[in-house]
Amino acid sequence: MPATKTTIELRGCKIGLMRAGEGAPMLYLHGAAGAGAWLPFMERLSRHFDLIVPEHPGFGVSDTPPWLGSVGDLAYFYLDFIKAFGLRDLHLMGSSLGGWTALEIAIRSTHGLKTLTVNCPVGLRIPDVPVADMFLWSPEERARNLFHDRALADQMLAVPPTEAEADVLMKNNYATARLAWQPRFFNPDLEKWLHRVDVPTHIVWGREDRLVPVAYAHAFAGLIPSARVTIIPDCGHMPHIEKTDEFVRAAAAFCQERRP
Amino acid sequence: MKFYFFHLMPYADLDLSYTEKYDTSWVKLPNTYYDREKGHALYNRYLDELEFADTLGFDGIGCNEHHQTAYGMMPSPIVIASALSRRTKNAKILVLGSAIPLRENPLWLAEEHAMIDTITGGRLISGFVRGIGAEYHATGVNPIWSHERFHEAHDLIIRAWTEPGPFRFAGKHYHFDYVNLWPRPYQQPHPPIWIPSQGSQETIEWASHPSRKYTYLQTFSPAAAVARFLKMYRDQAEKYGYEASGDQLGWAIPVYVGETDEIARKEARPHIEAFRNKFAKMPFEMLLPPGYLSMSSMKRVAAAKAGMSIDMTLEMLDEQGMFIVGSAATVRERLAEAQKQIGFNHLLPLLQFGTLPHDLTIKNATLFAQQVMPHLRPLGEPKAAAA
Repeated sequence: MPATKTTIELRGCKIGLMRAGEGAPMLYLHGAAGAGAWLPFMERLSRHFDLIVPEHPGFGVSDTPPWLGSVGDLAYFYLDFIKAFGLRDLHLMGSSLGGWTALEIAIRSTHGLKTLTVNCPVGLRIPDVPVADMFLWSPEERARNLFHDRALADQMLAVPPTEAEADVLMKNNYATARLAWQPRFFNPDLEKWLHRVDVPTHIVWGREDRLVPVAYAHAFAGLIPSARVTIIPDCGHMPHIEKTDEFVRAAAAFCQERRP
Repeated sequence: MKFYFFHLMPYADLDLSYTEKYDTSWVKLPNTYYDREKGHALYNRYLDELEFADTLGFDGIGCNEHHQTAYGMMPSPIVIASALSRRTKNAKILVLGSAIPLRENPLWLAEEHAMIDTITGGRLISGFVRGIGAEYHATGVNPIWSHERFHEAHDLIIRAWTEPGPFRFAGKHYHFDYVNLWPRPYQQPHPPIWIPSQGSQETIEWASHPSRKYTYLQTFSPAAAVARFLKMYRDQAEKYGYEASGDQLGWAIPVYVGETDEIARKEARPHIEAFRNKFAKMPFEMLLPPGYLSMSSMKRVAAAKAGMSIDMTLEMLDEQGMFIVGSAATVRERLAEAQKQIGFNHLLPLLQFGTLPHDLTIKNATLFAQQVMPHLRPLGEPKAAAA
């Protein structure tokens, strides 16, 4: 089913929004690369869920409001969003920067959340396991380091972005720096409060993630009370793109599990 | 015209074959390439050269600030300015500049500059910069806030220098309940402020504003770009309703003077090419992190820098006006022509660059001081009243 693409305004901030599907609501929070297009994994998820994909303030077609300075700001924005849309029994899902945002939402309030799925999230720091310095990667290094499969990276690199796409990539990179340059991709306070995440939580990771090493999957699992970990082999930092089948199957099954 | 001996203080003993393994001499080049004995010798050599320039009659001597790089061993220009302040008697001491947004507490900078100004009895020229992009990788400061922090740190420093304390400063990035400098600067209302830049309209609009009239320095750019940006300053001043004086404009450029054109080129070649192709080498992502420029400027610069990874020869640098080299007559002629065309009153020749050794640096500085400076000194307007 094709997604409807709209812009909405919340608290004076216009953001892009894609939505498709029926069933239980699922809110997907994108990573640093943004969410401009309706991707195959979204299409697949929309067969099971009413999938809502906003473009974060600062990214893509969305405004960059003056209040936007941290992932915590983004979390409060989405708490308002969940309330404004009247979302209940919500499956909250986020990738990378969006996964961090989902966790920041959940430590503030899990009201209305049914499950939480985080896909290679950042947000935590293990002192002796560095997250790679994405800001120093050239566009080619980005493609090569984000995907495990060289052929997939080649495929990405074979199609250079149009000028409009390049503009969006630059804007998204600026927004990512705004939120995560310092402290670099983590919030020193997050780990203190992850015990507050009291909904079933699914941590999905690409085993060969070269941006955020898989050791972080286990670190998060140790801090979140009811966390389950799924490691996807032969997969980099973008399981939803690189291993769409495995990702969607595992993610949907977790959300649809019958729980007492 | 006035002349300032400006030193980048490179780690001139750098093993230039580093490029076989690393793509930059900045931030990521392991400091195992640095030898402490060589560092000791180089610092003392460079301080000797700066002090020698004072005796040659340069109007000022100075250095800049860069972090974690072989390009310049200058993480703290304050240290060098302090070392020079008691060893020199005449020359102005230039800190060009302090990277004010990189400091968590810009009041320390206000204090340090005020100390140097006071010790020297008012010989300090204070430069303020944002630091280049690499600095934001080296220090972790978020480049997104670079402009905001620069402006806020500037306002804080100027107020600390000029307003009676204690007072409270409540900014977005900086907050102090007590701003109360001891010492206050020696020069009144404060040391002259120079703004070194690689050229940006917003910097020019800001520096030329009637409330500031700061001296704008175009650094290491092709002559055509220097002319364009300095003209932009003059035009902007006109829009503000005043005529910019030549004292508000300066140019920093590597210069080498030899006995003949041929000797000059032969002697300078390996060193200027090392300066451009080894010491200044940096990938685009390091030079221009997100937020360092507005997105529209970033797009423009990205297009202009598309060929920046290409090595340049002495001929290319000479042709583009990024390096002035030749006999004293040639150098005089080129500089006089540029002065006539562009109308700047401050020239900051970089007389040591890259791997240029001590003996050639001394010869270069001496020839420049004796055979170039006296001829060019009468050029330019009479000094206008300071802002």
